[in-house]
Amino acid sequence: MHKQIFEKYPAKDKSNLIALLQGVQDIYGYLPEGALQDVADYVGLPLSRVYGVATFYNQFRLTPLGENVIRVCRGTACHVCNSANILFTLETNLGISAGQTTRDKRFTLETVACIGACSIAPVITVNDEYHGKVTVKEIPNILKKYNAAKPVNDKQKAGIK
Amino acid sequence: MVELTINKIKVKAEEGMTILDAAKSAGIAVPTLCHIKNLFPTGACRICSVEVEGQRGLIPSCAYPVYDGMVVDTNSPRVRKARKTIVELLIENHPQDCLICVRNKNCELQDLSAQYGIREHRYAGESKDHAIDISSPSMERDPAKCILCGRCVRVCNEVQQVGAIDFTKRGFQSIVTTPYNKGLNISDCILCGQCILVCPTAALREKGQLKEVANALNNKNKFVVAQIAPAVRASLGEEYNMPLGTDVTGQLVTGLKRLGFKRVFDTNFAADLTIMEEATELVNRVTTKKPLPMFTSCCPGWVKYIEHRRPELLKHVSTCKSPHEMEGAVLKTYYAKKIGIDPKDIVVVSIMPCTVKKFESHRPELSEDYMPDVDAVLTTRELVRYFNMAGIDFCDLPGSEFDNPLGESTGAAVIFGTSGGVMEAAIRTAYNMITGKELEKLEFEQIRGFDGIKELSLNLNGLELNFAVVNGIGNVAKVLDEVENGTCKYHFVEVMACPGGCINGGGQPIHQKPEKVIKRVKALYEIDSKMIHRKSHENEAVKVLYKEFFGEPNSHKAHEILHTHYQSRKK
Repeated sequence: MHKQIFEKYPAKDKSNLIALLQGVQDIYGYLPEGALQDVADYVGLPLSRVYGVATFYNQFRLTPLGENVIRVCRGTACHVCNSANILFTLETNLGISAGQTTRDKRFTLETVACIGACSIAPVITVNDEYHGKVTVKEIPNILKKYNAAKPVNDKQKAGIK
Repeated sequence: MVELTINKIKVKAEEGMTILDAAKSAGIAVPTLCHIKNLFPTGACRICSVEVEGQRGLIPSCAYPVYDGMVVDTNSPRVRKARKTIVELLIENHPQDCLICVRNKNCELQDLSAQYGIREHRYAGESKDHAIDISSPSMERDPAKCILCGRCVRVCNEVQQVGAIDFTKRGFQSIVTTPYNKGLNISDCILCGQCILVCPTAALREKGQLKEVANALNNKNKFVVAQIAPAVRASLGEEYNMPLGTDVTGQLVTGLKRLGFKRVFDTNFAADLTIMEEATELVNRVTTKKPLPMFTSCCPGWVKYIEHRRPELLKHVSTCKSPHEMEGAVLKTYYAKKIGIDPKDIVVVSIMPCTVKKFESHRPELSEDYMPDVDAVLTTRELVRYFNMAGIDFCDLPGSEFDNPLGESTGAAVIFGTSGGVMEAAIRTAYNMITGKELEKLEFEQIRGFDGIKELSLNLNGLELNFAVVNGIGNVAKVLDEVENGTCKYHFVEVMACPGGCINGGGQPIHQKPEKVIKRVKALYEIDSKMIHRKSHENEAVKVLYKEFFGEPNSHKAHEILHTHYQSRKK
């Protein structure tokens, strides 16, 4: 499926590595192992180098996302407004740490540096929906809402509109 | 030519030279960590920083070219303070278990700590914690000891062009590892150990087998024998501060006997045997038009490489076992019968300059009824450790001779230890097999030396044969491409994974003296030139072996015992 992306770029040209990885991630929402090997073969680099690039940039994921992706803003404004506790509450409610996915694959929890919505701090986003001025008390209800909802597609999960 | 001033000394340097090289030529030492001679500088570690007049910051001397009128200070208080801080920061993120470390007293980080007089911990903080990768039978990877200089990564990628390891993640989480942090044994790594030779600390090291060997030697029911590879005799002396390229064959035999080995044999015997088998196979392939070119199979790193990358070309690789495996196989069949010992009680220990040989000795193809041809492989470095442990004063040992019959060898065998040696030995015998005459001049300068690919054409009785020697696995891809698209003109190709051959193997003494390989190679050619018999087919013991046991080269029995097969490891 991902090989159609390769056609856009010349073979054995390592300067397109990042663009290719982005293309693959757009399809799957993450970088599957087999696809990474294919990219390596196509650009003519060892798998170790491609893996090194994929783990260097935060934009690339090597594991599939959960059905819902929660991003907690850890920017300055949100931090002042208690986002550390919001994150902690989410972690304890979901039983995972930031960067992980729950076992039932329902939720992935991530932190971001700043979402750019400081006026409604503290902010979390779930998929492509924003929740401003969140309090610790609201968290269980928010989780309940998405846990009951139908799965969303990969683009929504990745925050692409 | 440009003229610059370094530490108030006028220095003449060639244009394009780095400050580091210019300083070195003037006898001014500048410390380095990430620098590898002849590779493009990365300037990653900053330990070589110097002060240049007119420049605001400190300059990494390994990556900065000289210019006319440049004024450099390599030893200002600012430079010294910066270097000291770099070392202090590295040490604080390092296990600091020098007393129990395999590289104790041979560690560049330890040396720098001593050099800059570090006496306290000023930056105590969190330090990284990674698991040790012990998955491979040849090598261990201890990322906690890694200082991220990147020398291993560059040797693996740029010199060997294997690319098994690379930097992954970023910042504090940075780690040099295999894809998906999987074990070395399931990666593309060919275990050549060139990374071990450049690692400044013990982050990369061989997997030790001293315990197994010591246990076998202490077991009264076992008949433990040793065999020594050609390259070991020309390098082991370096660990005892002997001049580079000292031949220590005699002391080695005595030393091993004192360790308790019942017999000490020479892998060179099996090298002669390999030549008989391999040259016969070559003649067969040339006359019957079987897949050509034929590649040598002595180097297990090369075999592992082709199994990973181009398994479809495996039919081009000679089916001969590597010499030390042949020696083991002959020991456990012919020799066991001859002296009346159950082969199950014989323990064969190979002393090798190589890390891949450990992996090779574990290959299921190279064992019979769960009885491996070779039971354990010790690297040159491990043997030195064993000598020291056993209180053997190596420098004062008297010399002694190898045991017979598997200790007799010719000059052709001893040059197996250097790139081009197997080819030269094979030509000496193949010439005789094809023409029935003896070569007059035995030295082939075209295939000696350190070029990446060395070529030689010979006319043998009207038969034009093209030979090639690939020096270092990084040069082999070109030849394999040619074989794949049918444009390869060679008939016989020797491939050695390590640049320079076994003499520069991953199990050899670790130090960064640049002339080490040249001197060791010279020692081997010198041993060869002094031998009475210099052609494998003149080895009397090998002749007897064929007469009493195998019949003739490539006989059915020889195929069973001395030949092997390979497997695809492509994912």
